[in-house]
Amino acid sequence: MNASEKALQQTEAISSLSDYVLLEIQNKKIPSFFEVLKKNGNPPPISTHIDVFQVNLGYLCNQTCKHCHVEAGPSRKEIMSKETMQVCLDIIKENAFRCVDITGGAPEMNPHFRWFVEEIRKTKIKELIVRCNLTIILANANYHDLPEFFKNNSVHIVSSLPFYNALRTDRQRGNGVFEKSIQALQMLNKIGYGIEKHLILDLVYNPNGAFLSANQKKLEEEYKTELFKTYNISFHHLIAIHNMPINRFLEYLINSGNYEDYMSMLVSSYNPETLNGLMCKNTISVAWNGNLYDCDFNQMLQLPLTVAGQTLFNFNINHLKHRQIATGKHCFGCTAGSGSSCQGSLTE
Amino acid sequence: MEKTYYHPDDLKKFGNISEFEPKLAEKFFDYYRHVFKDGALSEKEKALIALAVAHAVQCPYCIDAYTQESVTKGFSEAQLMEAVHVAAAIRGGASLVHGVQMMNKAKKIMM
Repeated sequence: MNASEKALQQTEAISSLSDYVLLEIQNKKIPSFFEVLKKNGNPPPISTHIDVFQVNLGYLCNQTCKHCHVEAGPSRKEIMSKETMQVCLDIIKENAFRCVDITGGAPEMNPHFRWFVEEIRKTKIKELIVRCNLTIILANANYHDLPEFFKNNSVHIVSSLPFYNALRTDRQRGNGVFEKSIQALQMLNKIGYGIEKHLILDLVYNPNGAFLSANQKKLEEEYKTELFKTYNISFHHLIAIHNMPINRFLEYLINSGNYEDYMSMLVSSYNPETLNGLMCKNTISVAWNGNLYDCDFNQMLQLPLTVAGQTLFNFNINHLKHRQIATGKHCFGCTAGSGSSCQGSLTE
Repeated sequence: MEKTYYHPDDLKKFGNISEFEPKLAEKFFDYYRHVFKDGALSEKEKALIALAVAHAVQCPYCIDAYTQESVTKGFSEAQLMEAVHVAAAIRGGASLVHGVQMMNKAKKIMM
């Protein structure tokens, strides 16, 4: 029996992925995040302030990526209502967040997306990020004008492009995704995105398998060289992230027999220098239904805040800004090597 | 005694060689770390050289480690395999070039 067959047999015998992970921890093969913090003399992370108000507009997406921690796709029904968006806007107006970070799914597929962006732009928010998967721009005629819409609203675009060639990208994100992503990037470049200083276009690299991200700076150099040489594409920064061992990527790890090795690699690569920069320390993550979480990963795991009873509908920044972060073994993904966050590596 | 000579978990214990002789191990690992830093060659180029050498010396630990490293650093499957072919060509060539020595000797001793 090869490793893959063995892994499949193991998963068949266990009712769910979370049971599998629990079993591994019980077997003491993988220590808990809390144990590793304690062993290294590091206190559990506590947030210092709320700088980034990250809003997930829903899990609906035109793509079904193999690694997606959201498990987003065309069949997902969970999207944020306009009423809930209005509550977000009221909170944005009342608080001094630096950045609103809109994510999904494909957030553009939410019917109230454009209204929400325009309303945010009427507030004093300095930075407005939209995490755009690129292919949505070409998905149908309704989205072809998205580049102009982004430009008119000074949106900072952050887009996934797992590699600078089709083979690796399409294996992770689906057939034809690379080609469409390139077309979308060329459309964005054409109106100045990725070229002009104020029209920021950042790309996101994540490994297409059970290995960690390489050095962000070096990858950025390679991406810039290769994308410009082959496709005449420019962008500002590359954000290199690690894959978190949750949802679809966790399923892949277990089914491919990589779970133990990947987790061992994350644990052995634990880097205390990443702790101060963890995104959970300055971010609050808002789910489509108004629930609040420490980060998008905790949201997908439905790992609640340690502050009981706090939702979007009774938002009180004084109860949230110095909260203890709810952690789990997936947190090793953010503390491995140079670290990982929605803004990229945490250390050089 | 183990029933097999090689065990994947032993790779993680490489550092344990210092248990029997710490000073030399420290010097070796310090040297090793410096060898793989960016220099006239990049870290990325060195990873692929290491992968090819791993195949030439047929070290399963090194193949494991430098496949992981080379994939992490962005080499494609084709590039990984071409590196292995370089190792194979040099190994094959190394055997064959000794054929000249064999021929020299044979010619010398045969009428």
